[in-house]
Amino acid sequence: MYAQMVKSEATNDDPALLEAFQARVDANEKIEPKEWMPEGYRKTLIRQIGQHAHSEIVGQLPEGNWITRAPTLERKAILLAKVQDEAGHGLYLYCAAETLGISRDEMTEMLLSGRMKYSSIFNYPTLTWADIGAVGWLVDGAAIMNQVPLQRTSFGPYSRAMIRICKEESFHQRQGYDIMMKMAKGTPEQKEMAQDALNRFWYPSLMMFGPSDKDSVHSAQSMAWKIKINTNDELRQKFVDQTVPQAEYLGLTVPDPELKWNEEKGGHDFSEPDWSEFYDVLQGNGPCNRDRIEARQKAWEDGAWVRDAMVAHAEKRAAKRIATE
Amino acid sequence: MPSLPDIMTPDAEALAKAAGKGRRVTLPAGSPEHDLFTGLTRMGDNTLILGHRVSEWCGHAPVLEEDIALANVALDMIGQTQLWLGLAGTVEGHGRSADDLAFLRDAWHFRNLLLVERPNRDFGHTLMRQFLFDAWHQPMLKALEGSSDDRIGEIALKAGKEVAYHLERSADLVIRLGDGTEESHAKMKDALERLWPYAGEMFLADEVDVRLAHEGLMPDPAGIRPAWDETVAEILAEATLNRPDSDFAHKGGKQGRHTEDLGHLLTSMQWLQRAYPGATW
Ligand SMILES: [Fe+2]
Ligand SMILES: [Fe+2]
Ligand SMILES: [Fe+2]
Repeated sequence: MYAQMVKSEATNDDPALLEAFQARVDANEKIEPKEWMPEGYRKTLIRQIGQHAHSEIVGQLPEGNWITRAPTLERKAILLAKVQDEAGHGLYLYCAAETLGISRDEMTEMLLSGRMKYSSIFNYPTLTWADIGAVGWLVDGAAIMNQVPLQRTSFGPYSRAMIRICKEESFHQRQGYDIMMKMAKGTPEQKEMAQDALNRFWYPSLMMFGPSDKDSVHSAQSMAWKIKINTNDELRQKFVDQTVPQAEYLGLTVPDPELKWNEEKGGHDFSEPDWSEFYDVLQGNGPCNRDRIEARQKAWEDGAWVRDAMVAHAEKRAAKRIATE
Repeated sequence: MPSLPDIMTPDAEALAKAAGKGRRVTLPAGSPEHDLFTGLTRMGDNTLILGHRVSEWCGHAPVLEEDIALANVALDMIGQTQLWLGLAGTVEGHGRSADDLAFLRDAWHFRNLLLVERPNRDFGHTLMRQFLFDAWHQPMLKALEGSSDDRIGEIALKAGKEVAYHLERSADLVIRLGDGTEESHAKMKDALERLWPYAGEMFLADEVDVRLAHEGLMPDPAGIRPAWDETVAEILAEATLNRPDSDFAHKGGKQGRHTEDLGHLLTSMQWLQRAYPGATW
C-alpha cells in the first residue's frame, strides 16, 4: 500500500460533536470537506492522502527508468500510458487532500524536504525489463489490495478518488503480469530475469503493507474513523494467498522456503520480511532514497522558471483584459 | 604507412545472413517501392524519435499537468510510428515489422529530420522544438490526407486529429513562456535561435520527394512552407519573440546523415532487442 505507518492524530474536540461524527461514520455516511470533522481526522487524512499522492509521483521514477528502453513500440506505449495514469492518480489525490485545507505546493515542499513520506517500495531500483513486469504485478497488485477496501472509506473525496484509481490499477497489474508471462515463458535468459525480479521484489512488496499493527492504538483510531479498513496483517495475508498461485502459473519460485499452505487457517504460512531493512529504507537508507528525492527536487527546481512564467503570463493577460474592459 | 592485412572471412555470406532478418533495405534505390518506403520511414522516424525524446521527460516535468501532457504527446507519436512504420514494412515486402524497423536499423538507415533528434535541454527547448515540428506536422498531415494511396490518407487523417491538439498545446506554451518573465523570454529566445537552423530541412525536397510528389503520394515539402510560415509568424509575435534572420539550414537527416545524438538515442532505445536477439517481449 502507498500509505505506511500513518499515525493517527490525537483529537481534542467537543465530545458531543465527536459522538455525532462517529455515528455518521458508523452509519456509512460519507463525510464531505465542508462538514464538521475532528481535527485528528483531518490531519491524519492529510498525511495519509498526501503520502499516497507522493507515492504515485515518486513511483513514476522507477518505471520511467525503462520507458526509453522498452523493447517494443507496444510495450513502450503501454508503459507510457501507465506512468501517465500514475501521474493522474497523484493529481486526483492531491485534489482530494486540498479539500482538507492544504495546497499541493505545500505538500510538494513537504515531500522534497523529507517531512512527508512516500511508499518504501519506490526506493528499490528497476534493474532489468522483468522488473517492470514485477512492479506491475506485485506493486500495483499490493496497492490494489489496500485500495479496493478504501473505496468505502468515510471521507467522500478520498473514496471517489479510490474508485477512479482502482479501475486503472487493475489494468496495470494485468499488464505487469503479461510482461512476466512473456519473460517466464521466453528464452532461458528472460526466465532468469523474471525469477530474479521476483526474488528482489517479493519481500519489499510484503513490506508495502507495513509492520503488524494488530495492537496499534493509531490503527484502531483510523479503523474506527474508516480511513483504514483492514489491518496490515490481513492485507498481507490476502496478498500472499492471491499471489502464490500466480507465481506458480508463471513457473516461478517465491523466494521463501517457509512458504506452505496451511489447511487449518485456509491461507499460506510465510516468512516475515526483514523489518530492519524496512526501517532502514524508511530512515532514508534504501538503495534509491537519495536518487529519488534528488530527481524530484531537480524537476521542481529546474521547473521553477516555467511555473513563474505561467503565473506572470496569466497576470499580464488579466491586466490586458481589465484595460480593455 | 604499412599496408593493412587482408582479413578473409570464408563464410562471410552465411554470417551476414545469420545476423538477423533483413536489416538492410534490399529494394532497388529509385524504384517506386523504395521511394514510398523512404517517404513512410521519414514520417515514422520523425514520430519515433521525437516521441522518444519527449518520453525522456517522464517524471521530471515542471508541473504534474505537464508530466501528463508530455506523456500524452509521446504516446500519440509512438502510436503514429506503429502506423507509418507498419505500412513501410508492408510496402517493402520483406516481412519487416514496425518493431523490426524501429529497433533493428542503425542510425544511417533512419530518415528523420535532424530537428527531432536534438536533445531536450530544458523544458523551453523541448517545447520550442515541439512547436516548430507541430507547425510543420499539421499541414503535412493535412496534405497527406489527399494522398493517391488510401492507406496513407487514412493514417494522416487519424494522426491529424492528435496533432491538431499537439500544435494547439505547444503554441500556447511557446506564447506563455515567451511572454512570461524576463528569464523565460531569454530561455525561449535561446531555444528558438538554437533550433532555427534545423527548421529549414522540413521544406527541402530531394529526388525521392520529387518523385513521390509527382505520383501524388506525398506533397512537395516546399508546399508546406506557407502554412508553417504563417503559424510561426503569428505565434512568435504573440510570444514577443523575433523570427531569426538566418535562413541557413542543417540538412541530411532525411537521407540518413545524422547528428551525433541519434546514435546515443538508439543505443538505449534498441538495447534490449540487440542484446537478446530473437526474444519476444
Ligand atoms: Fe497509481
Ligand atoms: Fe501505483
Ligand atoms: Fe498503477
